[in-house]
Amino acid sequence: MAIKMKKKAGSTDMTAMCDVAFLLLSFFVMTATAKIPEALPVDTPSSTVQTKLPESDLATITIGKGKVFFDLKGRDIRKKTLELMGQKYGIAFSESEAQEFALMEGFGVPIESLKQILDMRAVDRSKADQPGIPKDSLDNQLKEWIYNARIANIEIADKELQIAIKGDAKEEYQAVRRVMDILQDQKINNFNLVTGLRTEDF
Amino acid sequence: MAELNTGDGGGKGGKVRSKKANSKVDLTAMVDLAFLLITFFMLTTTLSKPQSMDLGLPDKDEDPSKNKDMKVDENRTLTVLVGENNKMIYYMGLLATPIAGPKDISYGKEGIRKELFSRKKSVVEYTGNKDKGIIVIIKPSKKSNYRNLVDILDEMAITGVSTYAIVNEYTPEETKLLEGK
Repeated sequence: MAIKMKKKAGSTDMTAMCDVAFLLLSFFVMTATAKIPEALPVDTPSSTVQTKLPESDLATITIGKGKVFFDLKGRDIRKKTLELMGQKYGIAFSESEAQEFALMEGFGVPIESLKQILDMRAVDRSKADQPGIPKDSLDNQLKEWIYNARIANIEIADKELQIAIKGDAKEEYQAVRRVMDILQDQKINNFNLVTGLRTEDF
Repeated sequence: MAELNTGDGGGKGGKVRSKKANSKVDLTAMVDLAFLLITFFMLTTTLSKPQSMDLGLPDKDEDPSKNKDMKVDENRTLTVLVGENNKMIYYMGLLATPIAGPKDISYGKEGIRKELFSRKKSVVEYTGNKDKGIIVIIKPSKKSNYRNLVDILDEMAITGVSTYAIVNEYTPEETKLLEGK
């Protein structure tokens, strides 16, 4: 009687592996945040330095095309900042407007027309031609935004606010220097410059 | 690859056996896809974080009496003038009695970096003290752009020059030099 070799089926039990894979997948999908189009797209210069930006307690000042935009991390901090700014300029923001402000991206309008931007849908905001935050000596709203954001950050998170400057590569040095001067007037001497990444061969 | 039919062997026997229902499904393709997506999401979440560069500026005090001028050995200073259209001029020492330059120089590996490395070495040899290295003074002009500033700060990081300062004041001679003759 001939002995037939049993054919080995080359299959492994993939069930457990599949479970783990999908568990990890769902984790990464949930932690990933969708990228919202920026209000002021800039082309940042590159550097070889590899320091990551902090995730929280961060204010980003975007400079491009002669305009300055302001962005802040953390919903509670944003709400508090808006409240402080409202008090300073005598503008009352409703609860829903504060909620909208907490969720939106960076903005670049004088505080007088901030309500109009808040009324828009998120898609229209990036299309709206935002004129930038006033930063001249007569009406220095940028300074007030930074100042109040720092107060709000200390009150809520009990930490000093970090400042990042995100400038367009082609922006004139004058505009960047103006923002640095505003920061230095508030005794902020340390800040981050947002850059892209490149290798040392150039 | 994995097989689906593992139950039935020959099928030629006399007895007719009822086929066992096979409950196994081939998961290989599914796992492949899952891992592909995992890799994608993992990379995009960590890579999307923007890079940044630390910049510390000296204290600026309103009260001029608190601003102390510090005497610095001019043999240790290298001044870089950053102009428009990626123009850059450097000189070592004082402009009136320069040790080297003033000379046009380009950005990058073959230009300023080479110069910085060799100057850095020679300054340490001159002072004989590792802590007293080269001092680079960066002077961005009004017409220079932000990329130039970041580029030159980056060179400082690459060459390991730890003492550098951004100075905004221009002497008339320097302005003339930068505007070309």
